[in-house]
Amino acid sequence: MTRYAPTRRGLLLAGTITAAMAVWPAVAQQPAAQPPAPAATAPAAAPQAPPTWAQGRPDTAIGAQLAPIAPPPIPTVADKLPVEKLKAPKGFKIEVYAAGVGNARSLRQGDKGTVFVGSRLLDKVYAIVDKGGKREVKTIYSGLYRPNGLAFKDGTLYIGELSKISKVEKIEDNLDNPPKPVVIYDDLPKDEPHGWKFLTIGPDNKLYFQVGAPCNICMPPPTHAQIRRINLDGSGAEVVARGIRQIVGMDFSPTSKQLYFTENSRDWLSEDIPEDKLNRLAQPGKDNFGYPYCHQGNIPDQEFGWGHSCDEFTKPLALLGPHSAPLGMRFYTGTMFPSEYRNAIFIARHGSWNRSKKVGGDIVVAKLNKDGTVKSIEPFLTGFIENNNYVGRPADVVVLKDGSMLISDDFNGAVYRVSYGTARIAGH
Amino acid sequence: MRRLLAVIVLLAATFSAPAENLADRTPTCLSCHGEDGQSNNAETPSLGAEPAAYVLIQLYLFREKQRRVEPMTQAAQGLSDDDLRQLSEVIARLPAPKPPAEPLDAARIERAWPLARKHHCIFCHNSDFSGHDNVPRLAAQREDYLLKALREYKANTRPGYDASMAEVVQPLNDAELVDLAYLIAHAQ
Repeated sequence: MTRYAPTRRGLLLAGTITAAMAVWPAVAQQPAAQPPAPAATAPAAAPQAPPTWAQGRPDTAIGAQLAPIAPPPIPTVADKLPVEKLKAPKGFKIEVYAAGVGNARSLRQGDKGTVFVGSRLLDKVYAIVDKGGKREVKTIYSGLYRPNGLAFKDGTLYIGELSKISKVEKIEDNLDNPPKPVVIYDDLPKDEPHGWKFLTIGPDNKLYFQVGAPCNICMPPPTHAQIRRINLDGSGAEVVARGIRQIVGMDFSPTSKQLYFTENSRDWLSEDIPEDKLNRLAQPGKDNFGYPYCHQGNIPDQEFGWGHSCDEFTKPLALLGPHSAPLGMRFYTGTMFPSEYRNAIFIARHGSWNRSKKVGGDIVVAKLNKDGTVKSIEPFLTGFIENNNYVGRPADVVVLKDGSMLISDDFNGAVYRVSYGTARIAGH
Repeated sequence: MRRLLAVIVLLAATFSAPAENLADRTPTCLSCHGEDGQSNNAETPSLGAEPAAYVLIQLYLFREKQRRVEPMTQAAQGLSDDDLRQLSEVIARLPAPKPPAEPLDAARIERAWPLARKHHCIFCHNSDFSGHDNVPRLAAQREDYLLKALREYKANTRPGYDASMAEVVQPLNDAELVDLAYLIAHAQ
């Protein structure tokens, strides 16, 4: 690679033009600044005092590099997607459904088959349409603010941005000229931390969404750390659950009609605790899931837990691993998969960042007992972690009308399809 | 005067944008941000040795108008994905900036380190603030720029690509932000 003298512009430009570009994520890892070499005359036994700026520096974090992992903003091209690395049980087939869907997050399917995709780090909502067997990704909205949340009901698409919820009627008839979304609800805080939304519509025909805690760990204001529901016109807002740090996945049981949701627990307590949770809302309006007093159902918070018992709060149905970041989840209501998966919950674990050895980065399946409690949790689709690095990160799942399942990958900006047996994509 | 001139050069370059290629634009970038990786302009960040992954994200956000800061939002218009990647690589190879050569206030350094530990600055940005991947290098960044960025994160007016920094600064008060900016600006 061309080296250049920083003061010589001509050479710099040559470097610009001729530099062979590394492909993400093999971009420049900056070498850590070297400590000053000890002076040759210094006696070996006397350690050199650190420079003034480093005096008092703790050494506990050296080499930790525990940072939230940001995906590249530009989607991975189709033939570089890690689909060959993904593994599912025998008989299942995994394929790329769509590439070029930057930061693909929440997934919903419309009545006429359109797949809608939200994003969190970009400002876009996409529609994937099947045109004679060839799928096309259309960006139907740009300039939205963290449009992570999507729901669909009776021809109308609902979009949850950071601090407002909008709707678009007859969206599937207007994909080439989508009308401006109409705001139905904006009585929402504007906090960035955990401000993005997940939307779902209940059997009561109400729209459910969360207001996350505006922090990692803090005493949240009464307006936060909760699930609210509203009528589909935005009226009648009410809080149905409290004590929840952040949710990025909810779904209603097709049998009990109760709301199940994943919850991401606090960071920085330790590598192995607390674990993230799968919860069930059995008593709407009453249940409190413990944040910030109690984590994973049995660990009082070291700051906020004093004077409380974890028994005051609704216990999780299952623990999903430390920092594993379970996000999107859906009950499997199709018939394509074997009967053992019927009404089981598929959960996208986005994968940890606040942990040295990564966990998650997979789809797990929670099989339930007749009373709706969890019988087992098993890996379903793995392979997103390679040598403790992510080759992709699953964010949401959705069951299509044909019984196959789509998985969004917000790291690569792609959507994958999982099918069983010899079934082919509808329309082929 | 020098700053004004730089802005004029930049704007002139920006408004003749379509026919330009990356090689034409790079010196325009460096006229504000410093040819040697070190900015001499108030509230204009030094870019030397910034991780390419971080720079690519910021350039993309400017181009897509998700991060609106003039003149950067204008300056990024018309650049292709490949342009953004190449520019990121060029910037990453500029030499790292140097901290100001001035006597240090040891009391402020002493106050700031426990904050950098407690709020995990050094877990992500490394204990020499060198950064890595999508986590920016901060060492020897301009103090005024660091403080501006921290205050914007605190006010939810600079959301960043994700909400990590907004979350981190949430429990910090302004005096603490001032001390952290001082420490980091003098790290090397």
